[in-house]
Amino acid sequence: MAAHLSYGRVNLNILREAARKELREFLDKCAGSKAIVWDEYLTGPFGLIAQYSLLKEHEVEKMFTLKSGRLPSADVKNIIFFVRPRLELMDIIAENVCSEDKQHSPRDFHILFVPRRSMLCEQRLKEQGVLGSFINIDEYILDLIPYDGDLLSMEYESAFRECYLENDQTSLYHTAKGLMTLQALYGTIPQIYGKGECARHVANMMLRMKREFAGSQNQILPVFDTLLLLDRNVDLLTPVATQLTYEGLIDEIYGINNGYVKLPPEKFAQKKQGEASKDLPTEPKKLQLNSAEELYAEIRDKNFNAVGAALSKKAKIISAAFEERHNAKTVGEIKQFVSQLPHMQAARSSLANHTSVAELIKDITTSEAFFDNLTVEQEFMTGVDTDKVNTYIEDSIAQKDPLIKILRLVCMQSVCNNGLKQKVFDYYKREILQTYGYEHILTLNNLEKSGLLKPQTSSRNNYPTIRKTLKLWMEDANEQNPNDISYVYSGYAPLSIRLTQVLARPGWRSIEEVLKMLPGPHFEERQQLPAGLHKKRQQGENRTTLVFFLGGVTYAEIAALRFLSQMEDSGMEYIIATTKLINGTTWIKSLMDRPESQTP
Amino acid sequence: MSFITANWNPLGEAFYRKTELYEMSWNLRDGLRDSLVAAAPYGGPIALLREPHRRSPSSRPQLEIYSASGVDIASFPWKSGPVVQLGWTVSDELLCIQEDGSVLIYDLFGSFKRHFTMGQEVVQTQVLEAKVFHSPYGTGVAIVTGSSRFTLATNIDDLKLRRLPEVPGLQGKPSCWVVLTQDRQTKVLLSNGPELYILDNTSCTAVCPPGFSPQVGNIVQMAVSFSYKYLALFTDTGHLWTGSSHLQDKLSEVDTKKTPTPKHMVWCRRPKSQQPSVVLMWDRLLLVAGVCGDTIQYPSNQFPLEDPCVLVGELDGVRIISSTNQELLQEVPLVCQDMFKIASMAPGALLLEAHREYEKSSQKADEYLREIKEQSMLGEAVRQCVEAAGHEYDPSTQKSLLRAASFGKCFLTDFSPDQFVTTCRELRVLNGVRENGVGLPLTHTQFKQMTLQVLIDRLVYRQFYPLAIEMCRYLKIPDYQGVSRVLKHWASCKVQQKDLSDDAIARAVCVKVGDSPGVSYSHIAAKAYECGRTELAIKLLDSEARSGEQVPLLLKMKRSQLALSKAVESGDTDLVYTVVSYLKNEMNRGDFFMTLRNQPVALSLYRQFCKLQEQETLKDLYNQDDDHQELANYYVTASYREKRLDSRLSLLQSAIDEYNKAKNEFSAKMTEDEMRLLRFQRKLDDEKGAGLLGLSLQATMEALLSLGLHKQTEQLYRDFRVPDKRYWWLKLMSLAEKEEWEELEKFSKSKKSPIGYLAFVDVCMKSNNKYEAKKYVSKVTPEQKVKAHLAVSDLEGAADAAIERKNDAEMGAILSRCSASDRLLIDRLNRARAAAAKK
Repeated sequence: MAAHLSYGRVNLNILREAARKELREFLDKCAGSKAIVWDEYLTGPFGLIAQYSLLKEHEVEKMFTLKSGRLPSADVKNIIFFVRPRLELMDIIAENVCSEDKQHSPRDFHILFVPRRSMLCEQRLKEQGVLGSFINIDEYILDLIPYDGDLLSMEYESAFRECYLENDQTSLYHTAKGLMTLQALYGTIPQIYGKGECARHVANMMLRMKREFAGSQNQILPVFDTLLLLDRNVDLLTPVATQLTYEGLIDEIYGINNGYVKLPPEKFAQKKQGEASKDLPTEPKKLQLNSAEELYAEIRDKNFNAVGAALSKKAKIISAAFEERHNAKTVGEIKQFVSQLPHMQAARSSLANHTSVAELIKDITTSEAFFDNLTVEQEFMTGVDTDKVNTYIEDSIAQKDPLIKILRLVCMQSVCNNGLKQKVFDYYKREILQTYGYEHILTLNNLEKSGLLKPQTSSRNNYPTIRKTLKLWMEDANEQNPNDISYVYSGYAPLSIRLTQVLARPGWRSIEEVLKMLPGPHFEERQQLPAGLHKKRQQGENRTTLVFFLGGVTYAEIAALRFLSQMEDSGMEYIIATTKLINGTTWIKSLMDRPESQTP
Repeated sequence: MSFITANWNPLGEAFYRKTELYEMSWNLRDGLRDSLVAAAPYGGPIALLREPHRRSPSSRPQLEIYSASGVDIASFPWKSGPVVQLGWTVSDELLCIQEDGSVLIYDLFGSFKRHFTMGQEVVQTQVLEAKVFHSPYGTGVAIVTGSSRFTLATNIDDLKLRRLPEVPGLQGKPSCWVVLTQDRQTKVLLSNGPELYILDNTSCTAVCPPGFSPQVGNIVQMAVSFSYKYLALFTDTGHLWTGSSHLQDKLSEVDTKKTPTPKHMVWCRRPKSQQPSVVLMWDRLLLVAGVCGDTIQYPSNQFPLEDPCVLVGELDGVRIISSTNQELLQEVPLVCQDMFKIASMAPGALLLEAHREYEKSSQKADEYLREIKEQSMLGEAVRQCVEAAGHEYDPSTQKSLLRAASFGKCFLTDFSPDQFVTTCRELRVLNGVRENGVGLPLTHTQFKQMTLQVLIDRLVYRQFYPLAIEMCRYLKIPDYQGVSRVLKHWASCKVQQKDLSDDAIARAVCVKVGDSPGVSYSHIAAKAYECGRTELAIKLLDSEARSGEQVPLLLKMKRSQLALSKAVESGDTDLVYTVVSYLKNEMNRGDFFMTLRNQPVALSLYRQFCKLQEQETLKDLYNQDDDHQELANYYVTASYREKRLDSRLSLLQSAIDEYNKAKNEFSAKMTEDEMRLLRFQRKLDDEKGAGLLGLSLQATMEALLSLGLHKQTEQLYRDFRVPDKRYWWLKLMSLAEKEEWEELEKFSKSKKSPIGYLAFVDVCMKSNNKYEAKKYVSKVTPEQKVKAHLAVSDLEGAADAAIERKNDAEMGAILSRCSASDRLLIDRLNRARAAAAKK
């Protein structure tokens, strides 16, 4: 079921299995039939760990969403709350418990905190007078969730905002804990590199936690050679750029949530012959996207301009395979053909799906609006006129294009110009406030605080230096047969991935100057391995690096890292971990502040 | 070596031996006479309650505690009530059962731990007899009272008293009784004259052991085996009946021809016993009665005459403690019999002989070896030697056996050394703990049963820390279960030493414990705090690596500031929150805020908390920090929660003040604008019912335009200094939407468009008005000509413009729009492209 997790260089299914085992153990602690009351935010991430069938096997009969008021009636012995440790949720739980009908056969209450129990929340329950009603109060340590064969995410949406706006390092504590769990399963990671304040903080916590657990050293041969911790604010540019890989575009346009995307249904209507396709489905089409699907694994990381060719090549292969049946003469041949049928049919429906998705995307990418937007982005990234008010942005504001689109562009210009000239800066802000409403002054403040949008403080713009040294712009990006990571943005090579690439070869010492221009310290730490666990590397064996993006990572960046893993001479394989999978829109959204009365 | 069998006595097919364990270190003036004695199994401690020399009301009995070797551990005068029985628990705690039914518990060092009572009614009826017993549930106590009733507690750590049913016809105490643990049930077996009863929770049943004839007399003594599986009954006619304790089978019946009631009667068995026996002791005689019917009499010349002794049943034998020495009586293990029996031809015995000859450099060694090898028994021989060594108490015998094994091993290939190595190590440990000073006379069998972990615990409990550590290191036990555990106990004990200063103790602990893995300083500190040494606890906490662990104790000790900085250090935000909420309740507001100010991490977490829970406090926090920017933002946020315009405006005014203080002129200006806009909207809403309040400036102008309120729109445009470009866009779109084409054309001519004319083309096209759109195509700048023509689908025009501009990309763009019917145009463009390319 989750076989795709175990195909990669590192078998991430071990992590998933460990998580499942813990879940089963908790469920068995509450004997008898049960109903789960879900903190809605958790259902997505949990789906990656366990399907309903697992819960059912452990006598979970009903599931509800946590909301205030009375609990729905259910004839079960146990009510289990699965919640994040948040005070507002505690109040709802208290309300649920208090309004429980006492005459009815009493039900046992339990709480499972994800990912960690909290004294503060328990205190709150105590104040509400319901703490004693709970038989079990437990924690389910779910920090890093295996997302795909080479991808782990904490699904911690507010991580960037908390770290950079609110100086709340809870997510970093969870990160460090998650990395400790990972090391318990996959061995101590001997080398740690990092760049950024948060990276430093996480590394410090990890080293301290290791000291705390000294002696219980695990005797597992290390799977990872290196850990690279990268702060998102080291590279603020990449997420605001429009991703141009297949998967990246799906996310930009439709949004991928916990491995699923919801698409407009029209293109997926089952067209049967002679039947008028009048009754179009109205429910959005839900597709699961991961490397378990062979075709998707093949095309997800391609530049979108190369996807069409790949799809038609695949179509030819599949129809050729179906044609084979005419060549099957003997019973044995026919039998063999039939045995391959299910696989071929799956491939055919997968092809049909992705052809539809590609068509949907193509409608958008070929539009003038998309092209104009991309042109401006590329101008900024190449450093053209970043110090002036941009006409396209001006026009877009005047035409009331979505605010987030405007913010992405303005932030991009600011980052590419190392801050905007005060006049330009104020002009944009005034335009935004006058057009979209004065309440956005809070959002603008947030963007300023996080460094995404700022006035120029020194006259020196160091972005061009960074761009040139790290070769962030490649004039002749080859989209069809890429030879460099810049293909993921059709020319722009993500800064974060360049840093990763340089670290592997020739090393960061070669770019000291640039590293100093980027925010936060850079560092290197070594963790002592117990004697006998030093890896004896085979000739030509690749090294494995875990790259952890603190504050989020985009699909295009992931694609770039996968591209590096596959490059023959790179000698390095990458596993990716992050607090949250993001794109420019979701990222900017997480930084926006909406006064309460404005929220819909 | 040849004397090894000197202390062997045959019993049936087997042999019994009596080995001296210790000459007792104690110096008892009156021997064991007039004393209550309790000795714990597994070489446990011995307790003595000695009656005073002169019976007078003022003199108190003396309670003394010794190690098994007789080393004095504690001694103190007994000041409590009369004691009926002493006993040891499984964790080496001393139980003193008093006549009034109360049970006092002391630790090994004689300090009082706690007490419990066997029932209130016992105070009246008095305890006549009591027994301490061990079961899988722990240590239990059974008493019989003056009213002939039995009360049981199966586990003193989880006290549940059970009063057993009455025994018919019983007056006073029974002639003898034992406690049985069978099938997870605890019962009492008792005799009253010739009758035998089993007493369980609910009933009292008369029973008759199989093959037990009433003629043999009244039962006067009984004993159960160490494992509760076997029972022995002794009658006043000198008959000894043995059988299973289920009373299903009879093993044997022996006529000892001794009618007095024996002082002690104990089973002597060992695992895989060939010939179990019962040991009976009278004043001047020790009798071993085998199940086979044979007996061994240890006459008085081998036995102290006057002095009474104590028998302690063990897993694999019986310890005999007298006032001068201690002996172990046991059946000789089979392997030892094979090794040492006269003229034994067992392979092990031959190997031992071979090695002996080898040491003498005699060629006979070879003959013996050859003999073993011919039977291919060398492996077996080595195994026998090793196993026998384990059972021997005397180190020199152990050595010669192990040397023989080692010698034999040389002639073997592929022989696993594990058993040899393990036995060597274990014997070294056993010899160590058997030392007089330590006094744990454990046999190898007992050691295996007890496990190493428990042995370490016992050593730690007896405060033999260095030995325990040596042992852990020697046996290479992982630190977590070994050295660290010992150090933890040591440190917890160390902090209680009252004669040392805090500094000295903290230093001693830190030096010894260092950063041994698994030793929790907070645990040690908690112990120190328990003993009232707060300062010491704080000093110790400093060495705790896990900051998280320090926090709860620091809070408990009211060192909240320190707790806060430790919580911050741990990175665990929940912990920080916990301390913060604790501080909030504990301190006055001013101090609380000051404390937070010194801890930025805690402060920002608290701000987060306030944002969600206590908006008012948030304001105070910003105020106190003079954080005008955030304060302004706070007012802005608050303004949106207000429904009434005037309160909203006043909040915004406060925001402006704060922005000004923060020198954020831009935001101040913007907020002023916002207030202006709100007032304007309210005015128009009141006048015209326009429904503007809450709209953005742009949306307001839009709404005004669609209402046809051009003058007011102009006013806003001027007042808010809206850029021309955006104003033009606004007007353009608004007019197009209302399809006021004439107005639009007028507007387009009002002055030169700041947004160019392509926008006009596009907007008209969006309203599907190609006619109007075409009007503006000619006005478009040359660069946008092609685009404009394309927008109105005028390919010819586009082509003209592109060819004129000789722009290849534009020509390409037009080509891509051409369909097959545009043959001429395509040719023209292609020619132009070729021409342009040539140049």
